[in-house]
Amino acid sequence: MSRFGGAGFFLGSILPMHSVGTVAPQSRHFAEALPLRSGASLRDYTLVYETYGTLNADKSNAVLVCHALNASHHVAGVHADKEKSTGWWDNLVGPGKPLDTNRFFVIGVNNPGSCFGSTGPMHTNPGTGRIYGADFPVVTVEDWVDAQARLLDALGITQLAAVLGGSLGGMQALSWSLRHPDRLRHCIAVATAPNLSAQNIAFNEVARRAIITDPDFHGGHYYEHGVVPKRGLRVARMIGHITYLSDDSMEAKFGRGMKTDTLNYSTQDIEFEIESYLRYQGDKFSDYFDANTYLLITRALDYFDPARDFDGDLSAAFAGAKCQFQLVSFTTDWRFSPARSREIVKALVDNKHRVSYAEIDAPHGHDAFLLDDPRYHNVLRARFENIAHEHEAEKPVLRGVAV
Amino acid sequence: MSERKDMELIAQLVPEASRVLDLGCGSGELLALLRDTRRCSGYGVEISDDNVLACTKRGVDVIQLNLEDGLAMFEDQSFDVVLQLDTMQHLRNTERMLRETARVGRIGIVSFPNFAHWRNRLHIAAGRMPVTKALPYEWYDTPNIRVGTYADFEVLAGKCGLRVLDSFGIQRGEAIRSLPNLRASVAVFKFERT
Repeated sequence: MSRFGGAGFFLGSILPMHSVGTVAPQSRHFAEALPLRSGASLRDYTLVYETYGTLNADKSNAVLVCHALNASHHVAGVHADKEKSTGWWDNLVGPGKPLDTNRFFVIGVNNPGSCFGSTGPMHTNPGTGRIYGADFPVVTVEDWVDAQARLLDALGITQLAAVLGGSLGGMQALSWSLRHPDRLRHCIAVATAPNLSAQNIAFNEVARRAIITDPDFHGGHYYEHGVVPKRGLRVARMIGHITYLSDDSMEAKFGRGMKTDTLNYSTQDIEFEIESYLRYQGDKFSDYFDANTYLLITRALDYFDPARDFDGDLSAAFAGAKCQFQLVSFTTDWRFSPARSREIVKALVDNKHRVSYAEIDAPHGHDAFLLDDPRYHNVLRARFENIAHEHEAEKPVLRGVAV
Repeated sequence: MSERKDMELIAQLVPEASRVLDLGCGSGELLALLRDTRRCSGYGVEISDDNVLACTKRGVDVIQLNLEDGLAMFEDQSFDVVLQLDTMQHLRNTERMLRETARVGRIGIVSFPNFAHWRNRLHIAAGRMPVTKALPYEWYDTPNIRVGTYADFEVLAGKCGLRVLDSFGIQRGEAIRSLPNLRASVAVFKFERT
């Protein structure tokens, strides 16, 4: 500390940002069935989660980070003895980072139906003793939020300082404010939407058809056949990936770049670098992602529509929310465009809820929410600093004093 | 609103505990003042990333929008007061924004540089566009694309069907109530829809 002399005031900005380091997932089993929106229930399930930072004495500094389509509970840090295992939001979460683990207790939970450890379609159905496969119940954003709430119950956390999520994770953050309005003080929803547009559902449907029509899919029971519908997964990932990037960023990254200098006049071999990139992304994805999980999660995206229970009136849907909101969108995100975030902001303004909205002029499309654009990260940093001051100021002054 | 005294003069026009929408709220200084001293709540609207961040740091709720795109997000008469301070002169569609201000707020308050201040008149009389403290730019680089006078605004207010509730000039942090069009570099109007 001393070599910084009197510059202590600036320490936060000049110290290098650190990683939370090596982390290990934990898991918790829930014997009580989780009732689902569909009317079905999830019996005997396990949630895998990670935590970073320290829960304070009054358990007021917890922040839940909700994951999107292909991510997991592994938000930050690295897993021991595993290369390239950096958490998916490591640039945001860690000591000295915008979501500062020196101040907050951060929780990442893998949602049920996913393929990273929590109970999903590749696990055994306690009702039949067989692997779930296609029989895994359809889960919704609301179901995930309820599952996350049960994990908080188990951890003894009654109210979160904040729920944070991007994209589908942002939908979960919004849903938290509606389903459990007393259990969070801040909702931070990035690059998200109040529901999917027809175009968005269309992309999801193309991805699902690619998987379902793969001969190795076997009606979703491919585990029993010892195969994986990799072709479908690859195509699903390729189309998804196109929608996460902006036209400009794809142009800047690949343009019309070719694999070789001369044209090969082939319809099937890779000619353009963008083809090579998409195939690589598809191959990589099909090695680790589960096809049934892809179907389940895209369906959860399609179904999310909090206004549906209020005759399509989003303002009515948000009437019961009690927390403060921070919305962020990115100008070149055409999958979850700024106009969709503005719909949410309008609904919150209509209800006189406290809301701030930043529209970041970033070139990277939907992917921008995972990148570290300083304008974006500075807004989240400022927001979390205020949240930290809030719960630090609220600490009872007379704590421990006998009266 | 860079001058603290100017800001305090305008804050006094805002009723206690009002719901306030501040269009072009800058760093959120006035909203913070209204929150801390007059129990007001509401939002700022800003286009600049730096100002959005400054508001966020202050804990002032801010919505990043381009005012040129209109105020479709805000319902009719949904705020007690809509402020448009030192902002109007930067907007291409001044008249529409003034009508929008009156639509969204039960009371509107605007301030803008008064082009008819005597110093400006001297500059013009000498054959040059004014460059003063209130209008510090050259004609070719000014962000003030709509330069009007205190007297001009009275005409526009009438055309837009606004009833002026109060108006005055500000010069060196003091309210100017006699001959404001001549004596004040800043014009302030408080109005409602008729």
